[in-house]
Amino acid sequence: MAADNVLLSVQEITVRFSGIVALDGVTFAVEPGKIVGLIGPNGAGKTTLFNCLSRLYKPVSGAVIFDGKSLLGLPRYRVPELGICRTFQNLALFPTMTVLENVMLGVHSRTRTGFLTHALRLPHARREEDFIYEQAMEAISFMSLKHLAHHAAAGLPYGTLKRIELARALAGAPKLLLLDEPAGGLNHEEVTELSGLLREIRDRLKITVLLVEHHMNLVMQVSDKVVVLDFGRKIAEGPPAQVQRNPEVIRAYLGQ
Amino acid sequence: MRTAKSGPKAEPRMKGAPIDAKNGRLGALSAGPVLRGPATKLILAAIAIVAYLLPFALSSYQTFEFTQVYIYAVALLGLNILIGYNGQFSLGHGAFYAIGAYTTAIMTTRWDIPYGWAIIAAGLLSLLVGFLFGLPALRFEGLYLALATFALALAMPQVLKYFDSWTGGSQGIVLDKPGAPWHLPITSDQYIYYLSLTVLVIALTLAYNLLRGRAGRAIMAIRDNPIAAEAMGVNSALYKSLTFGVSAMYTGVAGALGALAVAFVAPDTFSAFLSINFLVGSVVGGIASISGAIFGGAFIEFVPTYAQEISRAAPWAIFGITLIIFMYVMPTGVAGLAKRITVALRRSIVGERPAPSPRSETADAAGATAGTARAVMGKPD
Repeated sequence: MAADNVLLSVQEITVRFSGIVALDGVTFAVEPGKIVGLIGPNGAGKTTLFNCLSRLYKPVSGAVIFDGKSLLGLPRYRVPELGICRTFQNLALFPTMTVLENVMLGVHSRTRTGFLTHALRLPHARREEDFIYEQAMEAISFMSLKHLAHHAAAGLPYGTLKRIELARALAGAPKLLLLDEPAGGLNHEEVTELSGLLREIRDRLKITVLLVEHHMNLVMQVSDKVVVLDFGRKIAEGPPAQVQRNPEVIRAYLGQ
Repeated sequence: MRTAKSGPKAEPRMKGAPIDAKNGRLGALSAGPVLRGPATKLILAAIAIVAYLLPFALSSYQTFEFTQVYIYAVALLGLNILIGYNGQFSLGHGAFYAIGAYTTAIMTTRWDIPYGWAIIAAGLLSLLVGFLFGLPALRFEGLYLALATFALALAMPQVLKYFDSWTGGSQGIVLDKPGAPWHLPITSDQYIYYLSLTVLVIALTLAYNLLRGRAGRAIMAIRDNPIAAEAMGVNSALYKSLTFGVSAMYTGVAGALGALAVAFVAPDTFSAFLSINFLVGSVVGGIASISGAIFGGAFIEFVPTYAQEISRAAPWAIFGITLIIFMYVMPTGVAGLAKRITVALRRSIVGERPAPSPRSETADAAGATAGTARAVMGKPD
């Protein structure tokens, strides 16, 4: 496999939950600089696949190669360090913290200082704190959240919370961004805004995106490639226009 | 590896606002007063001066009482970091207090090691024991961790009696009270007062620094949402064990000071009741706050004494009633109330808006209790 045009390679991934097969030998690749959409009816295994990539679930077989390194042997907390950052389907923010603090945690994986250097407030810790602050503010500005930076995260509108999560993921300066239903719960304008934002993330920030989404219009608009799952199996892969015409995809969505 | 150095150069920051905001960060998370602005620094300096002059206005017994407040405050600070900021629970910190006390007693009396080194050794030993205890304890959550730590507290007096060739068994160990160095014209009690006060100031400063930086955010992130914390790259197992170790270290250092102040250690003073007392102090003071440790220390030092004065027959009933009143009037601890008063005063006198500005009071209160509620009582805010 030519490593230089594949960023993420998912190979024959199988996941079982107490006998139920959630993913059955799924294989696909994500090319760098692309937006790849991962779609499928409810329960197709999209989120399960995501959780394998961020090491929340352990596949019984298969391999995941990211940037030439195998992902499955790594502990969960090492994943963002490699350059994979994610958002969650049902939001996973830190409710007692401000927006800025939430996004500052996104920079955690890119920094090193620990308990002692911070307790003693050594110059190195201060420099790193400044770096974290700058990086977080940059991501906050990119997501147009600057006016809310010092606001408590808890209690903000749902669409805003989604933007905070995205800012937090971007603050990790990922090579690959995993977005789990970023359009879920958003209104029509917010979805339009999101599609512009996703293109900007790809084109301006040069970040590859793997997108799980139910919102068909959004996926077909922004994706360079679409992968379709159904009952844990990959049933189609290709450019949006081609996938939309695929009879098996149509059957999966409309039923027999 | 992409570290801070390879990142884009930090641009010169606008004067004023963002720095204030950065300093305000911890304030946003704690029920304690926010260390910010020249006025606050002035108030802190005034408090420090009063504290350092206090022994000259007090009787020797009162000086001893305040010494105990500071010592308890150091111990409670450890507990606050663990429970309030990290969301881990401990009903066994009395055991770390005992480890600190006995380390100091054994080192100073049996090995003739200067007490300064003994305090440091007590802290390091507690750090190590706490860290090692924290590793397997990670498998327990919430109330299960509480029970595991409670087992530690229950076992401690008997363990101390068992190793009687070291610990002196039930008889305990009598220590020499350290006298003032450099021929300072103060009594031994006054000297220990200053020693404890200084250790407390250092402990507060270190805790404040730790909690407002990268490590502190990770500690709180684990409390708020452990899965998201790991997804941000926080090594949660390591952080939880380290936090447990740091917490134990604070309490161990307090135990070392306690042994010096009382000049005596015996197994039964370190019963499980001490651990529960610590928990009471932490919660009453304000568990997700740094300053709360001082209020909590004052509570567990003074309230039992006053309860005794009110009713010789049933002091614990009086203590219990006081406790309930405190919890009812100050659901976020004394520190939470103190913060609300400070914010209200600022607003009415100076007309200053509290920064970080758009934060609501309820969000603050939620912040102060959220971790605790989840970790301790499972009680909705």
